Amino acid sequence: MSLTVEQVKKVAALARLELSDADLAKMADQLNAILGYVDQLEAVNTDGVEPMAHPLPVQNVFRDDVPVPSLPVDAALQNAPNRLADFFGVPAVFDTDEPVSH
Amino acid sequence: MSLIEKTAAELLALQASGQATAAQIADAFLASIQAREPKVRAFMLVNEADVRKQAEAIDAKRKSGVKLGKLAGVPVAVKDVLCTQGMRTTCSSKMLEHFVPPYDAHVVERLRAEDAIILGKTNMDEFAMGSSTENSAYQKTTNPWDTTRIPGGSSGGSAACVAACEAPVSLGTDTGGSIRQPAALCGIVGVKPTYGRVSRYGLIAFASSLDQVGPFTHDVTDAALMMEVISGHDKRDATCVDAPVPEYTKTLNTPVSGLRIGIPKEFFDDGLDPEVGAIVEASLKQYEAMGAKRVPISLPNGSKLAVAVYYIVATAECSSNLARFDGMHYGHRTKQKADLIATYSKSRGEGFGKEVQRRIMLGTYALSSGFASKYYLKASKVRRVIKNEFDAAFEQCDVILGPTSPTPAFKFGEKTDNPLAMYLSDIYTISCNLAGIAGMSIPCGFTKANLPVGLQLLSPAFDEDRMFRIARMYEAATQWHTRRAVV
Repeated sequence: MSLTVEQVKKVAALARLELSDADLAKMADQLNAILGYVDQLEAVNTDGVEPMAHPLPVQNVFRDDVPVPSLPVDAALQNAPNRLADFFGVPAVFDTDEPVSH
Repeated sequence: MSLIEKTAAELLALQASGQATAAQIADAFLASIQAREPKVRAFMLVNEADVRKQAEAIDAKRKSGVKLGKLAGVPVAVKDVLCTQGMRTTCSSKMLEHFVPPYDAHVVERLRAEDAIILGKTNMDEFAMGSSTENSAYQKTTNPWDTTRIPGGSSGGSAACVAACEAPVSLGTDTGGSIRQPAALCGIVGVKPTYGRVSRYGLIAFASSLDQVGPFTHDVTDAALMMEVISGHDKRDATCVDAPVPEYTKTLNTPVSGLRIGIPKEFFDDGLDPEVGAIVEASLKQYEAMGAKRVPISLPNGSKLAVAVYYIVATAECSSNLARFDGMHYGHRTKQKADLIATYSKSRGEGFGKEVQRRIMLGTYALSSGFASKYYLKASKVRRVIKNEFDAAFEQCDVILGPTSPTPAFKFGEKTDNPLAMYLSDIYTISCNLAGIAGMSIPCGFTKANLPVGLQLLSPAFDEDRMFRIARMYEAATQWHTRRAVV
């Protein structure tokens, strides 16, 4: 089974990546080569093997629910692509004719 | 021997005895950077004025009689994936071209607390994805032993600057070999600590269950010293283990008696360059001459399937971690007029380079509905099979030895059009990250073309102290670590 350019386009949409048609075609070839290599995994018998998501037996780390100092507003906003007062300026989330400031 | 060829331990001793000041040391390395950087291109950023200011502050502190930290006056270069407060941190990506972190990574805080001097930020494969540093969006770092060749990656800048004597020590990160492989190709020492040994706070995440921060140094003593400084608990990283940090430098020179060295036969199969194989074999003989017993072991899945498991697990985690780069809070935002979703897609399409996009795509696919069980779940199960193989191997041996990289440093462009060939250059290093154990590379010889070769040591989790002793045994009997590249 190999990925078609259409499927690659769908994955790109899921990943929120805008790719040119030429890039999509090249990406399909490269992903198929890598996935072909990955298919070796199917030969390993993993019946009854617990999946391992993490090298350590990690547990939730709790702390008391008390306020602690956080980044000052100016520091938190210093890298904002579009600062509007003390907020991050973003394109409209819902359909609107309002102009979007960039 | 000039100041720039010294190790960190030697620089500390020179200052303690009054033979050099921190300012003289800083000036020597800044001059080295000025002279060699046009050829090496290891640094993304060097703030000369700030480096001098830091050094003068250390000298003043020494004069005033205040107790100094463990790395007082030692310049340290830091991979550009680690946040440095007020100092641009790009991950060698256009996505973070203007990003100035509002805080320091935990390891950078630790360096400052021990009076180290932050020398600058080093070039890398974009978001630490690559094995040659050719994926940097900015510049190609060269190998100081042969500037027509790559330095390895992804921490290529951090490896090259130490090999070129532009910095005595540096920090890198290792997700699948990104410290050990460039250390090997540049003829220096590189350590991938046990998962959880070092805090990842302020490390811009690639694959969170695999990433660790570790040092590049000229020798094992400096590696032990750096690990003493950066290891230890930090509550801001929930996976950072709360266990005491051994004083590695105190035990370093005690050889391990009755040492059993495990040799995985699969690490010497086809695919290993014969010259590299012969050099590594000679280092195994050196261990035997020192009384070590050779134990043949087998890691059938840990060798052949590690790359396949890695390129599902690491890409799955990266597709999730890099979702944060959406052009909203920081990082690149497209200048094109677009609605919200298109603003995300255009910003990411413009800001990320090809390899990063490829991995995000692969990871998104491996986690997507209908394919997650075929890819991610299957890879996670084989990951446990690999960990079990290591557990069984360490029942029979104290350390696993083999080549760090199947070949010496390759030429620029040799593997850039073939992602899979590039991925296979990490074939011996990747399984260590999947299992979460400790590993390191030490110099063990040179090819006829004068390219360095690295010996990889793999040890059980949280067994760094013994791994350093074993590495030091070899180093004490050989001279490879004293060689310096002529740039």
